[in-house]
Amino acid sequence: MILLLTLLAASACSDEPWNRPYPATEAHQNTLYASFQERPNHLDPVQSYSSNEVAFTAQIYEPPLQYHYLKRPYELIPLAATGVPEPYYIDAQGRRIGPDAEAADVAYSVYDIHIQPGIRYQPHPAFALDTEGNYRYYPLDAQALEDIYTLGDFTETGSRELVADDYVYQLKRLAHPQLHSPILGLMSDYIVGLADYVDTLEQAASPGQGFLDLREYPLEGVTLIDRYTYRIRIHGKYPQLLYWLAMPFFSPVPWEADRFYNQPGMKERNITLDWYPVGTGPYMLTVNNPNRQMVMVRNPNFHGETYPAEGEPGDTEAGLLADAGKSLPFIDRVIYSLEKEDIPYWNKFLQGYYDTSGISSDSFDQAINVGAAGDVSLTDAMLDKGIQLRTAVSTSIFYTGFNMLDPVVGGLGEKARKLRHAIGIAVDFEENISIFLNGRGIPAQGVIPPGIFGFVEGDAGINTYVYDLTPEGPVRKSIELARRLLAEAGYPEGRDIETGKPLVLYFDTTATGPDDKARLDWLHKQFAKLNIQLVVRGTDYNRFQEKMLKGTAQIFQWGWNADYPDPENFMFLLYGPQGKVEHNGENAANYRNEEFDRLFEQMKNMDNGPQRQAIIDRMMAIARHDAPWLWGYHPKQFSLAHAWYRNAKPNLMANNALKYRRIDPGQRAELQAVWNRPVRWPIALLLGLVLLVVLPAFYSYRNRQRQPAYMADH
Amino acid sequence: MFAYIVRRVAYAIPILIGVNLLTFYLFFVVNSPDDMARLHLGVKRVTPDAIEKWKAERGYNKPLLYNEAVSGPARLTNTIFFEKSVKLFAFDFGHSDDGRDISHDIRQRMKPSLAIAIPTLLVGLLINITFAMLMAFFRGTYVDVSGVILCVVLMSISAMFYIIGGQFLLGKLLRLMPISGYDTGLDAIKFLALPVVIGAISGIGAGSRMYRSFFLEESNKDFVRTARAKGLNESLVLFRHVLKNAMIPIITGVVVVLPSLFLGSLLLESFFAIPGLGSYTIDAINRQDFGIVRAMVFLGSVLYILGLILVDVAYTLVDPRVRLS
Repeated sequence: MILLLTLLAASACSDEPWNRPYPATEAHQNTLYASFQERPNHLDPVQSYSSNEVAFTAQIYEPPLQYHYLKRPYELIPLAATGVPEPYYIDAQGRRIGPDAEAADVAYSVYDIHIQPGIRYQPHPAFALDTEGNYRYYPLDAQALEDIYTLGDFTETGSRELVADDYVYQLKRLAHPQLHSPILGLMSDYIVGLADYVDTLEQAASPGQGFLDLREYPLEGVTLIDRYTYRIRIHGKYPQLLYWLAMPFFSPVPWEADRFYNQPGMKERNITLDWYPVGTGPYMLTVNNPNRQMVMVRNPNFHGETYPAEGEPGDTEAGLLADAGKSLPFIDRVIYSLEKEDIPYWNKFLQGYYDTSGISSDSFDQAINVGAAGDVSLTDAMLDKGIQLRTAVSTSIFYTGFNMLDPVVGGLGEKARKLRHAIGIAVDFEENISIFLNGRGIPAQGVIPPGIFGFVEGDAGINTYVYDLTPEGPVRKSIELARRLLAEAGYPEGRDIETGKPLVLYFDTTATGPDDKARLDWLHKQFAKLNIQLVVRGTDYNRFQEKMLKGTAQIFQWGWNADYPDPENFMFLLYGPQGKVEHNGENAANYRNEEFDRLFEQMKNMDNGPQRQAIIDRMMAIARHDAPWLWGYHPKQFSLAHAWYRNAKPNLMANNALKYRRIDPGQRAELQAVWNRPVRWPIALLLGLVLLVVLPAFYSYRNRQRQPAYMADH
Repeated sequence: MFAYIVRRVAYAIPILIGVNLLTFYLFFVVNSPDDMARLHLGVKRVTPDAIEKWKAERGYNKPLLYNEAVSGPARLTNTIFFEKSVKLFAFDFGHSDDGRDISHDIRQRMKPSLAIAIPTLLVGLLINITFAMLMAFFRGTYVDVSGVILCVVLMSISAMFYIIGGQFLLGKLLRLMPISGYDTGLDAIKFLALPVVIGAISGIGAGSRMYRSFFLEESNKDFVRTARAKGLNESLVLFRHVLKNAMIPIITGVVVVLPSLFLGSLLLESFFAIPGLGSYTIDAINRQDFGIVRAMVFLGSVLYILGLILVDVAYTLVDPRVRLS
C-alpha cells in the first residue's frame, strides 16, 4: 500500500505512461526494443553457432559474403568482399582445370577473396595507442586492472583498417585447441592443412599460456596474397564453401583484440572476446549484461552500405523497396532486455514496449483467426492496433526417426520397411500440426524443406507411400492399407505372427513435462490405430543423448535447422558415413543405403541444375521407399510487428537483417501514450476502501477504550 | 556466548562437507562430465575430441571421488570432488564452467535479490503484524472472523496466481506499473513496486494468521490479565505486553529467513525478469554448470546455518531468560 501510494504520487506529476519500462527521455529515440530469454553462450565468431548467438554476432562481424535481403531463392552477395569469389580448380597433377570439371577430377579448389579497402573496426581499447604509438592497453599489469570490471571501464579506444590478414587469423583460430570450434571437424576435411594445423597449435600452446600468436604459425590452405586479398585452398570440390563464407565463423578477428583479451586477469573479469566482440559491422555491443540487458549501438566507423534496390515480385507493393538506396543501418540503438517468461513479454508487446513478437501457444487465439480452410488472419484486437503478421515456412525439419540398427523397426529388409510404412500412414501429422502447432507447419514429404533447392512443389513432390494423389490434393492413405502393410510385415492386428504377442514399440523422448502429456497421448493413439502398443521412455536430455550415441533408442524425435540453403545440408542427415552410432555424426537414424550414399557423394559437390535435381529426386525416392523417418513437418514461423516497424521481410538465411529494419519512433511514442494511459480511479477506490475499513475499526476501538474495565472481555 | 558461537561454527564444518558431498553426488548422478561438455559446446557438430578437450581444460577428466591411477594422498586430492570443493571452505568460489568469476557474479546478482527481498519482508511484516493485532484486538468479533476467512482465502491462492494476476491487473489493465523489468539506482523503484506488493500480499494470509495466534496466546496469559487488572488501557496492554512477548516467535521466524534473502526468489525473479541469485541458480542448473551449482548450494547452506545461529543469539536479546552455553 505504502509502496503503491509512493509510486503513484511520484508518477502523478508526469504525463508519461506510468508503466513504461524504459526511461521517459528515450521515448522518441530511434531505438529498437527486443528481448532475449537466455544469455547467448558464445559471442566469439569461432564458436557462435546457435540462433540466439548469431543474432548478435551477425550484426557485429562481417564475413566476406551475405545473403541478399529481399531476393528469393536466396542469393549470395558480397559483404566485406568485393565480389562473390569464383573458385578455380586444380587436378591431382597440379594443373589448373576448367570450371566445369567433374568433381572426381578436382584435387583442390582455390578461392581468392578480395576485401574492400577502407573498412574500419569499431572503436575498441585493443587498438588504442598512446602518444608514442604504443598500445595503450598492452601489456597490462594487475594494478592497471584494479578498477576494471567491464570493457567500458577502459576509457580510451582506437581503430584500424580491416585487412585480409584478419580473415586468415580467424581461420587459424578454428584450430585453436582451447576454442573448440564446432566446425573444426568439418572444415578439417576441406581446408588444406587444417587437420595438421590442430597438432601444430596443440604443440605450440601450453595450458594457461594466454595469448598464442597465430601469425607465427602458417596454415597451408589459408594464405595472404596482399593487404586486401587472401586465398583459401580446399580439398576437392566443395561449392558449399561459399555459404560458409557468409557465416560468422569466417569473419575477421584482429590479432590485437586476441592479444588484448588474453592478458592475465582479463578472463577472471569476464573480459573476453567471447563476451565483447570486435567487428566492422553496422552495430557494436556496448553493454553485455545478460543478467538484465544487452545493448548494441550504431558503429560510428561503419563503412556504409545501402538498402537493396531489387527484390522479388510483390516487394514493391509491400513497401519493401521504399527505402531503396538509403544508407544503412536505419536504427541507432537496439536494447535487448532479459524476459524469461512468455506472458510478460506478450503483454509488453501489446503495450507497445517491444516492437516485434513471436506468437506463443498461450496467445495464439488472442492474435490469430484460423479460417475453415486453414487460412490465417489477425484478430480484430490486433488489427485495431495496426499490428502486422508475417509468416514463412522455416528451413527446418522436425521428424520422428527409427533407429535403423534396431532389430524390430530398423534394417532395410522388407518386413521392417513395411512396418515403418504402416506407421508412417497411421501417424497423422496434419492432425498433429492442427492440434499442437495451431496450424503453424506443413507436413514434410521428404528431407528438404521449401525454399531449398531440391524441394519439389506439387504432386511430383508428394510422398506416395503415405499419400494418395487426388484432384483435391494429396490425401493420407487409409488406415486399412496401413493395417494390411502391418500384417504383411508379420504383425496382423498388431500381434507378432510367430509368437502371438502384441507388438510393443518404444519411443524415447525428453518431453516428460506436464505440457507434453497431451502430445504423448496423441502419439499413443496414432500407434493404437494399428494396435501397436507404444511405450514412452521418458528420460532427461543427457540420458537421451547417451542412448542416441549408443544406438539403444528405438523411435525418437529430432530436428534440423539449415546452416545454408543447399540440399546437401539436409541430405547428409541420411548419409551413411554420418551415422550417429558409428561416426558420431548427424544421421541420428543410422540409416545406410549404398545407392543413396553413392548418389549423395555425387550430388553434394554439384552446382544446382537439372542434373543435380534428378539425383536429388532419385535419392528422395530411395529414402521414401526405405522410410527411416516419419517425415514429420516443417514449422511455419509467425511473427508480429507493430505499425511503426518497417522493412520486415522474413529471411531465414540472413542473420544480419537488423541493419535493414526501420522504425518510426514518433508514431511509436504516440501510440504508446494512447495505449498506456493509467487508469486512476481504482486508486481513489482503494483509498475509499481503506477508510471504510479503518474508520469503523477506529470508532470501535475508541468505544472499547471508553468501556468500563469489567466489560472489556464481554 | 562467544564459546557457544565458536562451537556452532565448528559443528557447521562437517555439515557443510556433507552438503557438499551430497550436492556432488546428486549432480553427477544426473549429469556426467560428457553431458556437461556436450551442453556447453552445443548440439550441432560436436566431436568426441572437443568433448575430451573441454573436460581436460576444466578438470572434469579426472575420477569423481577416488583416483586409483595415482598413489598416496593424491588418490583423494587428484579428483573432481576435492579440486572443486576444497576452495569453497575459503569462500573461493572459483569460475563457472564457461570461465566467469562466480564471486563477482554473486556480488552483482545479490543486489537485485535484496532489492526485492528486504522491502517485501519489511512491508510484509508491517502489514502482517498490524493485521494480526487488529484481529487479536477485535477477537471473536466480525472483524476477527472476516479477517481469518480472508487469511484462509489468501493462503489458498497459489503464488503464480498472485504474480500473473498482479501483472495483469496493475500492469496491463490499470497500467499503473511496468509489467516486468529491472533498472539500477532510483529507477529500480518503479520496477520493484509490483513484485514487492505481490510478494507482501501473497504472504499476508499465512503470516497474519500465524501472528494472530501468537498474539492470542500471549493475551491469555496471566501477566496480561495482571496488566489489565492494574487498569492499563487495552492499547497499552496490546503494545507493551502482548506485542513485546509475541515478538519472540516472530523474530525467530524472521531471523531464520534473513540470510536466505540473499538467495533471491525463484518465481518473482523469473516473472519480473529481475537478475537476482534465484534465477542465477536455476540458470546454472539448466546449463549443468557445476561450478555455480556447488557455489550456490554451499552459500545457501552457510547462510542457513548462519540464520540458525542468529536465531539463538536473537533469543538472548529478546528474552533475558534465555542463556547460551
